[in-house]
Amino acid sequence: MTTQQFVVPAIDYGALLPVIVVLGAAVVAILVDAFAPVRLRAAIDVTVSVVALVAALVLLLVRAGTDVVTANGAVVVDGPALVAQAAIVAFTLVSVVLYTEKRLDPAGDSFAPAGASVPGSELERVLTLQRTQQTEVYALTLFAAGGMMTMVAANDLLTMFVALEVLSLPLYLLSSLSRRKRLLSQESGLKYFLLGAFASAFFLYGTALVYGATGSLNLAGIDAAVSANVGVESLLLVGTGMVAVGLLFKISAVPFQFWTPDVYQGAPTVVTGFMAAATKVAAFVALMRVLYVGLGGLVADWTLLLSVVAGLTMLVGSVLALSQTDIKRMLAYSSIAHAGFLLVGLVAASPSGTAAALFYLAVYGITTIGAFAVVTLVRDAGGEATHLSSWAGLGRRSPLVAGAFALFLLSFAGIPLTSGFVAKLSVFAAAFDAGQVVLVLVGVLASAIAAFFYLRVIVLMFFSEPAPDGPTVSVPSIATAVVITVAAGLTVWFGVLPGSLLDLVQQASEFVR
Amino acid sequence: MTGWLTALVLLPALGAVVTALVPGVRTAKLVAIATSLLVLALTVAVGLEFDPSGSLYQLTDQVAWVAPLGVYWSLGLSGISLALVALTAVATPLVLGAMWAEVDDTGRSIKAYYALVLVMEAMVLGAFLATDVLLFYILFEAMLVPMYFLIGMYGGEKRQYAAVKFVLYNLFGGLVMLAAVIGLYLQGAPRERTFLLSDLVALDIDEGTQMWLFVGFMIAFAIKAPLWPVHTWLPDAATEAPASQAAYLSGVVDKVGTFGMIALVLPLFPDATVSAAPWVVGLAVVSIVWAALVAIGQTDLKRIIAYASISHFGVIVLGIFALTTQATSGSTFYMVSHGLSTTALFLVVGFMISRRGSRHLGDYGGLQKPAPILAGFLLVAGLSGLAMPGMATFVSEFLVLVGTFSRYQVAAAVATVSIVLAALYILIMYQRTMTGPPTAQTASVADVRGREAALVAPLFALLLALGVVPGPLLTTITDGTTQTIAEVGVSDPSPVFAAEGAGQ
Repeated sequence: MTTQQFVVPAIDYGALLPVIVVLGAAVVAILVDAFAPVRLRAAIDVTVSVVALVAALVLLLVRAGTDVVTANGAVVVDGPALVAQAAIVAFTLVSVVLYTEKRLDPAGDSFAPAGASVPGSELERVLTLQRTQQTEVYALTLFAAGGMMTMVAANDLLTMFVALEVLSLPLYLLSSLSRRKRLLSQESGLKYFLLGAFASAFFLYGTALVYGATGSLNLAGIDAAVSANVGVESLLLVGTGMVAVGLLFKISAVPFQFWTPDVYQGAPTVVTGFMAAATKVAAFVALMRVLYVGLGGLVADWTLLLSVVAGLTMLVGSVLALSQTDIKRMLAYSSIAHAGFLLVGLVAASPSGTAAALFYLAVYGITTIGAFAVVTLVRDAGGEATHLSSWAGLGRRSPLVAGAFALFLLSFAGIPLTSGFVAKLSVFAAAFDAGQVVLVLVGVLASAIAAFFYLRVIVLMFFSEPAPDGPTVSVPSIATAVVITVAAGLTVWFGVLPGSLLDLVQQASEFVR
Repeated sequence: MTGWLTALVLLPALGAVVTALVPGVRTAKLVAIATSLLVLALTVAVGLEFDPSGSLYQLTDQVAWVAPLGVYWSLGLSGISLALVALTAVATPLVLGAMWAEVDDTGRSIKAYYALVLVMEAMVLGAFLATDVLLFYILFEAMLVPMYFLIGMYGGEKRQYAAVKFVLYNLFGGLVMLAAVIGLYLQGAPRERTFLLSDLVALDIDEGTQMWLFVGFMIAFAIKAPLWPVHTWLPDAATEAPASQAAYLSGVVDKVGTFGMIALVLPLFPDATVSAAPWVVGLAVVSIVWAALVAIGQTDLKRIIAYASISHFGVIVLGIFALTTQATSGSTFYMVSHGLSTTALFLVVGFMISRRGSRHLGDYGGLQKPAPILAGFLLVAGLSGLAMPGMATFVSEFLVLVGTFSRYQVAAAVATVSIVLAALYILIMYQRTMTGPPTAQTASVADVRGREAALVAPLFALLLALGVVPGPLLTTITDGTTQTIAEVGVSDPSPVFAAEGAGQ
C-alpha cells in the first residue's frame, strides 16, 4: 500500500486577496461586536465593512483581465469570476449602505434588536425601549459575501459546497431578523434554513456520486473523465442532476422555487434586496461553471433538461405573480421569472450566452436593490405597507419615489431604453443563435404575461386615486436616497448606453478550464 | 448635411425636459408649443434640403451606438418618411394647442401632460427616420410608455382598463417582433452582424425563414395600425383618452405601424411579402368593411371615429400590399391625409364633448342652431373622413383603389363599398348631432371660440390644398415608394394610371 505524501499546494494569494479582505473584515466585525463599547459598535462595523468592500472592489479592478488557476485547481479566478465577484462586492456595499438607514423606522433600525427574543416578549420590549441596535448584521453580510465570492471562483465541487454553506448560513439568520412582522420573519428564516439544508444535502450527495463516477472532485478532472467516457454514466447523470438541484434551488428555478416568496416577504427588505441580487449572481455563475467546465461533454443532455426548466421557470414565475397582492411577494415571483430568463442565456451554452447572463445578472441586481429600497420607504403605522392596495395613488403624493419605482418596473418588464431591455435582448439573441427558438418564443410569451403585473402596479400608483388612510412615503436618510438615485440612474444608463458593460462582459465570458 | 435629422429627433426630447422643469404651468405650456413650432420650422428646412430625385435615404446620420451588438444611431430621410415627419410636425402643435384647458380640472400634473406629448413626438419622429432596425424597434416599443401614461392618467372613466389594454396588445406585438428582429439579425455573418437596415436588406434569406420573420414583424404592425382582428384596443383607447390624445394616437402615432410595413417589411422580406400579400389584402378588406359596419352601429362619438379610423387603416394596408407603385403611393398619401382628417374629426368632436359633457350621440341634437360654425366644422371634417372629392382623402382613397384594382379586382371592388358605408356613418353622426330641433341642453351651447377655430383651420386648409394640388407631395412620396416596390422585385401591372391627374 502506497502512501501519498501531502503536498502543500501553491496558493496565489494575490488572486484570493479580495475574498480574504472581505472574510477578514467579517472576522474583525465579529470581534468588534464582542469587545467594542455598545455605542461605537455600529459605527466601527460600518466603517470596517465599507473600507473592506471598497478595497476588495479596487483589488478586483486591478486584477481585471488576468486568469489564475490556484490552490491545486480548486480555485479559478477568471473573467466570469472577476465580473461576478465585482458585482457581488458592489451589491454588498450598496446593501451595507442601506443597513445604516435609521430614519425610516420609528424604533431607529430595520433589524430586530435580538434575533433570539420571542416576538412580543418582555425582552423584546425592553430592548426596543433601550434602543438596542443590531450590529451582527454587518459581520453576517460580509461572511455571506465572502462565501459568494468564493463560490463563483470555486473550481471543485467540495470548495463550491463549502462556499455554498458559508453564504447560506448567514442568509438564514439575516432573513429572520426583521424588526417588524417578527413572526413572519422568523418563519421565513426557518423555512429557508430547512429547505436550504435539503438543497445542500442534495448538492453534497450529488458531489459524492459524481466523485464515484469520475474519481474526481475537480471540474477539470470531471471533464477529463466525461470526455474519456470512463466511469459509470448513470451515476454521473444522477450526481450532476443532484448538484444542479442544489444550485437551481439558490437561483429559485422551478420546481425549486417554493421558498422564494415566503423568504422574500418575511426577510427584512434590505436583506431581501441583497439576497435577490447577490445570491443569484453567486449561484448562477457557479451553475454555469459546473455545467460548462465540468460537464461540457454532456452539453446535449443538460441543455435539453435546463431548457425545460427555463421555460417552466419563466412561465410559472410570471403566471403566479399575476395573483399576488403583496409587493414583496410579487417581486419574489418576478425574481423567479427572471431566473428563467437567465437560464435562457445559460442553455445557449456559448460565450455570448455567458456574456448575456453576466450582463443580465449585473443590471438585474442593480434594479432589484433599487426596487426593494423603494419598498422600505412606503410605510404606515405597522411598518412597511407592502399590500398592493395601499400603494394606490402613490404617484400623486410622491411622484419622485413612484417614478423611480415605475422605472424599475419598466426595466423588469424589459421596456426599451431601460437596462432590462438590453439584458433580455442579449439572452434572447444568444439562445436564438444556439437554435433555441422555441425557448425564445416561450420567453416572449412570459415577458408579455410579466408585463401585465408590472404595469398593474404602475396603474395603481399613477392612475388610481390615493386612499385617505393610505401609507406615507417616509423621508429617508441620505444613504437610501443616494442608493435609489444611483440605481435609477444606472438602470437608464445601461439601457441607453450599454456598450461599455457589454464590451466588458464579452471580454470576460470565457471560463478557464 | 449631417446632424439635421438628429436635431429633429432631439429637439422635442429636449423641449420635454425643459417643459417639465420650468416653473409655472402657463410657461410650461408655452415652452411646449414653442418647441413644437421649432420642430415644424426645422422640418420645413429639412424638407427643402430633400431631393425627390435623389437616393432613397438622404441627409443620413450614422453613429455607432451599442458597438458590441452592432446597433447604430442611424437616421435617414426618404420621401415616405418626409411625408410622415411633416404630418407629425404639423399635428403636434395643434394637438398641444387643443390640450390648453383640456385637463386643467383633473388635478393632475399639466406639465407632465405637455412633456409626455413632446416625448411622444421625439419617439415618433425617430421611428419615422430610423434606418437601424433595432433603433426603430426601441422607439416603437418605448413610445408605448408615454402614451400609456397619457391615457391612464388623463383619460375618462375607464381609463385604467383602456390604458392597460392598449399597452398589453402593443407590447405583445412588440415582443413577437423582438423575436423576429433577433432572428433577422442572426441571419448576418457572425462578428459582422449589425442592425442597419442597409445591411439587413442586402442579406439573402430563404423564403421559409423570411415568412417566419415577416409574420413576426406583421403581428406587431397589424396591432399598431390596427388591423382586424387585433384592432379592439383602439376604440377603447381612443374613447377613454382625452380628445387631443385620441387625435394624436390614431392620427399620428399609429402611422408608425403602417410606415413599418412600407419601410421595413417590404424591403426586408420581399419574397415573403409577395407570397403573403393576398392574405394581408384579404385581412385588409375584412378590416375595411367590418369596421365601417361597426362604426354605423356606434352611439359614442369617439367610438364612431375610432372605428372609421380602423376602416381607413384597412385601406392603407390594402394599398401597401397591393404592391403597385400607385397603390403604395396612395397609401402613403393616405397616411398623411388620414392623419389630418382624423385629427380634425377628433378635435371637433372634442369641442362638442367639452360643451355638452357627453360622448353619447343621443344627448345631442340641433346643435347647428346655437353653434352654426361648429356644425360647419363637423361637416367639413366629416366630409374629409368620407373622402369627398376635393379633399386630400379622396385623392388617396382613389389612388389606392385604382392601384389595387390592377392586381386584385375583387378586393378593390369590395373595398369601394366602404365609401358608401363611410357616407352613412359620417352623415348619420352629423344628422343626429347637428340637425333637428335643439334640446334643452343643447339650445344654449356656445359656438366655436377663436382658439378652437385656429386649431382646426390649418388642418382644413391642408386637406383642401392637398386635395386640389396633390402633385408636389405625391412626387416626393412616389420617389420613395417606387424604389421600395423595386426592392420587392415586382413590376406594376399595366396600365399605369396618371397619378398627377387624380385630384381633378
